[in-house]
Amino acid sequence: MVKTLDKFVIGESGVVVGVTGERKIKRRLYDMGITNGAEIYLRKKAPLGDPIEVTVRSYELSLRKSEAQLVSLEVHHA
Amino acid sequence: MLKFALAGNPNCGKTTLFNGLTGSTAHVGNWPGVTVDKREGVYKKCEEPIAVVDLPGIYSLSPYTQEEVIARNYILDEKPDCVINIIDATNLERNLYLTTQIMEIDVPVVLALNMMDAVEKRGDKIDSKELEKRLGLPVVKISALKGEGLDKLMSVAYEASKVERKGRTVLDETALKHLVSDLTIALSGQGVENPVFHAVKLAELDDLEVLMHKDTVSMVDAFKKSNLDETFGDDFEALVADGRYKYITKYFSPTLKRKNKEKFVVTPSDKADKVLTHKIWGLPIFLVILFAIFHLTFSENLFFLGGLLPEGYVTLEGTVFEGVFGEGGINSPGVSLMNLMGLLTDTISGLVSGWLSSAAPWVSGLICDGILGGIFAVLGFLPQILVLFLFFSILEDSGYMARIAFILDRALRKFGLSGRAFLPMIMGFGCSVPAMINTRTLADEKEKLATIRVIPFFSCGAKLPILTAVAGVIVSKGNLTAGYADVITYSMYLVGILTALISVILMRKTTQRGETPPFIMELPAYHAPQFKNLMVLLWEKAKHFVQKAFTIILASTIVVWVASHFSFTWQYLDEEQMSQSILAGLSGLIQPLFTPLGFGSQLSTHGWVFALAAITGLIAKENVVATLGSLAVGLSFSGIDGLFISTQISTPALLAFIAFNMTTIPCFAAVSAAKGEMPDKKKFKWTLVFWIATSFIVSSSIYLIGTWWWTTFIYVAVFVLACLLIKVVNKRREKEA
Repeated sequence: MVKTLDKFVIGESGVVVGVTGERKIKRRLYDMGITNGAEIYLRKKAPLGDPIEVTVRSYELSLRKSEAQLVSLEVHHA
Repeated sequence: MLKFALAGNPNCGKTTLFNGLTGSTAHVGNWPGVTVDKREGVYKKCEEPIAVVDLPGIYSLSPYTQEEVIARNYILDEKPDCVINIIDATNLERNLYLTTQIMEIDVPVVLALNMMDAVEKRGDKIDSKELEKRLGLPVVKISALKGEGLDKLMSVAYEASKVERKGRTVLDETALKHLVSDLTIALSGQGVENPVFHAVKLAELDDLEVLMHKDTVSMVDAFKKSNLDETFGDDFEALVADGRYKYITKYFSPTLKRKNKEKFVVTPSDKADKVLTHKIWGLPIFLVILFAIFHLTFSENLFFLGGLLPEGYVTLEGTVFEGVFGEGGINSPGVSLMNLMGLLTDTISGLVSGWLSSAAPWVSGLICDGILGGIFAVLGFLPQILVLFLFFSILEDSGYMARIAFILDRALRKFGLSGRAFLPMIMGFGCSVPAMINTRTLADEKEKLATIRVIPFFSCGAKLPILTAVAGVIVSKGNLTAGYADVITYSMYLVGILTALISVILMRKTTQRGETPPFIMELPAYHAPQFKNLMVLLWEKAKHFVQKAFTIILASTIVVWVASHFSFTWQYLDEEQMSQSILAGLSGLIQPLFTPLGFGSQLSTHGWVFALAAITGLIAKENVVATLGSLAVGLSFSGIDGLFISTQISTPALLAFIAFNMTTIPCFAAVSAAKGEMPDKKKFKWTLVFWIATSFIVSSSIYLIGTWWWTTFIYVAVFVLACLLIKVVNKRREKEA
């Protein structure tokens, strides 16, 4: 099942299948290692559920829901 | 001299390595982006001295942020003899992403694998020999923190610098292979240096490259028309980034052997985060930590024992521990140290005035009152500045500050800022200058400008003496119980923060409109603060402060003393006649300006000292207290308290005086830093106007509301009207657009 990163619940993980968005933000996401095939794990959410913290390429990255929405992933089965 | 550049991701230990190599003491912090400008030092333990340049930490060589452009241009234009690429071994893939870009440049590159101890502690292994072979670049294992492997690294880099190296790209396995090689040939034909690097960037249609190679861009466009990628279409930037990471996972990642096959393990950092970034408790915990810091620094009633103990329950008078106990309470470490410092400076003043008892009155006056009175008034606060600075450094070094940015993003977003902007702001509590330079990590120009403008409102170390001294006067004047000084200080800090937030919102809704910039930030792992690093930081801070006291502040106090003890006809005046001095005359001219703030014409004798102190603060904020201290001694008061009380200044006016100094034009150094960060001179001029206006609005409202409570309604009404007006105007603009 494919869904965007902002829809993930804590503890869920998946493989990136696509990144959309405006050029500058997209490039930033790529530079931080969010490219096709990268595995992402949702670690936690800040108070009020936004921003979120994920593990990608074995480090922790925080981003907003609005940016997470640009990343589509194939969800791993638990 | 040979020149080596240090390049690497933010927070990978680059600055620690730089300090280790050059014996320098540059600032190290545990959040991404502490170094934003390049820095130079010399490494002396090689056959010949080598200049080492510390470049800002970057994730990529994209053209989108200022520090990436600084690093990129440095390597391309200054042509270092070798680039030492520092890799955080715990985070191999993302760090090597930058390596795949640097290796496209025609420059010798050596990899320094840092933080190997953390990798080994996890039970993982990196086959550095294999990595070296696959990269085609020398790899050296180091520990920047422990200083291990540094000499080996430098000798390998020295050898590498003697051999010419041609750029190489890892994009040979992507659909862009032919485009990149065609572009490389075309650019080489035009005599362009670093053809491989430029070819790849041109294929990405990187803005800087498109401008530089206008004639060659057509090749990319032609290629695009005939070769659309299945997944990425014509988004070659995506194709390049994807190609790099694919190559890294395929060839470089296998050199890392993991012990724990589980992909996402729970680390100690996670456990700490469970509490510190808790859904509900995260923010309250932050506020409590902040208050605890101020309490430990400023409180005269550390354990809230205030009324419980009879006065004089312990007397250690005459011993060095005298200052530990206040009136009916135990002093905080900050206050205890300050009292100890006071004891020391009083002793010195006593000795000096003893020696000078037979000298001419103007000589002893200048030295004892003018110079010592001024400098000691400032130096007395050094302990508290250091204690406060120590606590902030611990928060920063441990990685907690980056979490606060994470927690606060949601709140700051409403103000049109990203959580990232919080970091330079909180740096402002130490000193505005590095804080303003740190705003370079903000990608959005308008966010950057708004942040620079409000940084001075985060009251810096030099403004701390003003806060503490005036808060002390308020406590003794109002006969308040000891222990309120920290509450006053804390609230004034909050007033500063509040002013900053309100002005940011107003700016983002009026002159600096724009989209809220993105927030994509690395969260570093927590680590215990390094003792050595903390001590080095404290030492640097203390040194800087003392140096400033004996240079700028010394010079200013001499000028102030002379101008306050001589009349316009150049006659020496004693204390009773000081109101006829040059300074009293000049200050009297500007004094009425401060009437709405409560420290203007309504004050009686010596009322001019406030106007004067505020003006001398424009040179350095320490001057405010130094001037008051030296004038107080000159006028034969026992201290600043006596001088203040003699002017019959009211408590609201004293608070307004603090607020004015906190929010007005900052010191000379901060003004030049702000100017340096604003290439647009018009924006800089408006920034000065903004500071003056804000300080008058904030402090006059404190004074007026504090004096006549019903003026609150006028202020609220005006504020609401202004907000409505802004809203209406913005609506109309939106409609027009």
